[in-house]
Amino acid sequence: MMWQSVSEFLSMGGRGFYVWGSYGVTFLLIALELWLLARRRRSSLTRLRQLQQLDRS
Amino acid sequence: MKLFHFASPQTFYPLAGRLAPVFAVLAAVLCIAGLYIGFLLAPTDAQQGEVYRIIFIHVPAAWMSMFIYLVMAFWSIVGLSLGTRLSFYMCRALAPTGAIFCFIALWTGALWGRPTWGAYWVWDARLTSQLLLQFLYFGYIALTQAIEDPRRADRAGAIIALVGAVNVPVIYFSVQWWNTLHQGASVSLTKAPSMASIMLSGMLVMAIAAWCYTLAVTLKRVRSIILERERHTDWAAAEIAGAQR
Repeated sequence: MMWQSVSEFLSMGGRGFYVWGSYGVTFLLIALELWLLARRRRSSLTRLRQLQQLDRS
Repeated sequence: MKLFHFASPQTFYPLAGRLAPVFAVLAAVLCIAGLYIGFLLAPTDAQQGEVYRIIFIHVPAAWMSMFIYLVMAFWSIVGLSLGTRLSFYMCRALAPTGAIFCFIALWTGALWGRPTWGAYWVWDARLTSQLLLQFLYFGYIALTQAIEDPRRADRAGAIIALVGAVNVPVIYFSVQWWNTLHQGASVSLTKAPSMASIMLSGMLVMAIAAWCYTLAVTLKRVRSIILERERHTDWAAAEIAGAQR
């Protein structure tokens, strides 16, 4: 283990803003994509079922 | 012919459903392994210190953004020449993920550029052509959403995918063809890598993780697209009525 402490790890040699700004935004965008994907699936199925109801009636 | 068995949305739909979770698990495991290598095994860089660790996201994201656009171009050729609907569905399913990776490459590149070059952004050939790629992705997504008739939208989008694909080799060779601030290739098919092997390993593991992630997400997305576009068929109607989530 090369990191002597958690604060050293978070500091990233003084460049923590750039490193964690990169990883943080990436993590957020991936999480966003997954959430949007789940939401699309749900709303798509809902809408398709509604259309099916209309087709039947 | 067996090759075209899965060219039908009806047969591809369950296959995609089985494959997506496999790739999702692979992506998660490889991501954890890659980050372990990147943060706990790879040493401090002699020139850049710790900030080089952005590479473990920046390069895989950039590679994926280029590769995905080429795959979109591939499916566009297949769709336009063979008339297979599923090819266009795959093209549509890939675009959002490619756009996100393109943005990640630009964002992480800017945050890496500031401490190392002194600038978040320069209009050098690589950065500019990567930004163009971002606009091409947005253009594809916007155009396919804007055209009402889905089949026409498919074909219009396919043209953007094909024409825009020319930009991908430009991005790739930009550091050779022009005098760029962005560094040249450290990894090539013909020469030994010019980076420490533990750093290269971390980068490659994250690249494979990104690829598995792309497959998982794209396969899930194409399932929604298939149901939407094939809703008038018996099998899709049954699937819609019966699907739990």
